[in-house]
Amino acid sequence: MAKFEFPPSILSRPVWGRLEARSGKSHLMIADAEGAEAILDIATPELMENTHIIYIPKGANHADKLRALAPAQFYEGPSYDASVQRIRRVLSGAHMGLQVYLTGTESLMGQAMRETSTAGIPHSAVQTEHRGSVARRMQCVHCKGITEDVELDPFVCSHCGLNLFVRDHYSRRHAAYQGVCVDAEDHGNIPEPKGIYE
Amino acid sequence: MTIQFNDETFRDDYSFRNSEWAIKRFPFPFHEDSYMYSVNMEQHRGGPAGSVYEKRFDVDEHYLAEMKDRALVLDQDPLRCQSLPHMTLAGWDLLELIMECKSEDYPDLFELHRNGNTWRWVNKPMGIDDTFTFLDETTLPYGPMEYITRQAQGDFAVLDQRDDMLWMDAGMITTQADWSLDFDIGMNFFEWHAPVPLAHEKGIFIRALKFLLNIQQGAPARRLNWTMTVNPLLDTSPENYHKWGIQKTELSPENIGHKQHLRVELQTFYRLPRSNALVFPIRCYLCNFQDMMTMPKWGRRLHRVIRDLPDELATYKGFIDNKPMMLDYLSQFDDGQPTSPGIWPDQETEPPLQK
Repeated sequence: MAKFEFPPSILSRPVWGRLEARSGKSHLMIADAEGAEAILDIATPELMENTHIIYIPKGANHADKLRALAPAQFYEGPSYDASVQRIRRVLSGAHMGLQVYLTGTESLMGQAMRETSTAGIPHSAVQTEHRGSVARRMQCVHCKGITEDVELDPFVCSHCGLNLFVRDHYSRRHAAYQGVCVDAEDHGNIPEPKGIYE
Repeated sequence: MTIQFNDETFRDDYSFRNSEWAIKRFPFPFHEDSYMYSVNMEQHRGGPAGSVYEKRFDVDEHYLAEMKDRALVLDQDPLRCQSLPHMTLAGWDLLELIMECKSEDYPDLFELHRNGNTWRWVNKPMGIDDTFTFLDETTLPYGPMEYITRQAQGDFAVLDQRDDMLWMDAGMITTQADWSLDFDIGMNFFEWHAPVPLAHEKGIFIRALKFLLNIQQGAPARRLNWTMTVNPLLDTSPENYHKWGIQKTELSPENIGHKQHLRVELQTFYRLPRSNALVFPIRCYLCNFQDMMTMPKWGRRLHRVIRDLPDELATYKGFIDNKPMMLDYLSQFDDGQPTSPGIWPDQETEPPLQK
């Protein structure tokens, strides 16, 4: 699958990188959906000997390929929310020299990145690579509710029901972009939704 | 002078009014007939008697009403006041700074009595007389930052300094020009300013950061910033934008004079002694167009500034749709006469309107 090139944006918007295999005592790879392909691209038998993979398929079909890499530990989670306790436990037991690899959707990378910084993992030991959906995790600035997998702009807040436009302003603490009421100055005038990058 | 505190509101019936005294001392933000972003910093070392620059933390006729409005905002949305765990010491620094400044600058209104770490704080206008132990949070009804900023006009952003960077790690933000503390908390200086157009390209934030990182104890700095607000609404927060945004469309040629307000922020910057944090008070002053037009110089200048403002800025500041109506109104007060340099109204020397 071709990698999506995000257009240039404002300075709060995260810039994702490209994974490379690094030397380290142990490796933690957290991926969702097409992020599996980024892991497959860098995997070697030596790397996998000390690697723990946490994978959330989100409907994608890559779990068997990852399992076939024979990592030291492999966990397939049904959702990020179901996996986050495990991620925290793994990070709390991490030793110096751990290398972290985050790949897949922005939502997955943003939330897992928040866990790594809360756990005190130096940011220089965390790599990212975006793969797959360009949908965003959005915080409604009005009700504070999070709406996942937002592909269209504007969209309806899944909590308060307001019509929100999608900003590029991003909070790493919320691991979310900001959604702001689109018809505050002209009630009911909702532009036709289109893809965020269209 | 003794300040007469107004009984007024910044919401619903909007009974907020500026007295003649308040109009005369309004911090008109344009020192010339045009405006563009700049790092317009200067030392905050007093100013002309009676001006908003004179005292370190200006107290004016709106004090009690503003504190009442803040309490209302916090009741509805406690997330407007947040402090990350490592910022408590900076909160004590801020409490000390405000108590010292206010008790020294307004001894008839505020008193601070210190006996070791046992402090007694008297705020006469608000009817507060509290004794507490400095640096012991359990002796105050709120955390130190929240306690003192419930008694001080203006928003307060408390910025941690580390890795040659400033971080928005605490704040009391209830009168903001459309930015969310809850969203921006924890961001660095470039991140929280990311949505501002044009200024990044002009290198404004790189230079401003350099300046701010070097602010020393006892040498505060200040600058003015501005935007436009329809109705004297202090809480122009993004959180409530879906409620107040519609008010921008309620402007008409008949009501623009009293409904349209120039919103000026007196931003000051103080280094805090124990935490090495930087506190960034953002004090908001509102003045409607018709009151501003009583100063002929301001009438001439405001028209020219708004007329020549780049559309990107009018859009960012949220008044692009109302700009033509503003210009229709303001042009009545511009007779083409030259204006004197500087922000002061120069009432005695500027000629009356020749129209």
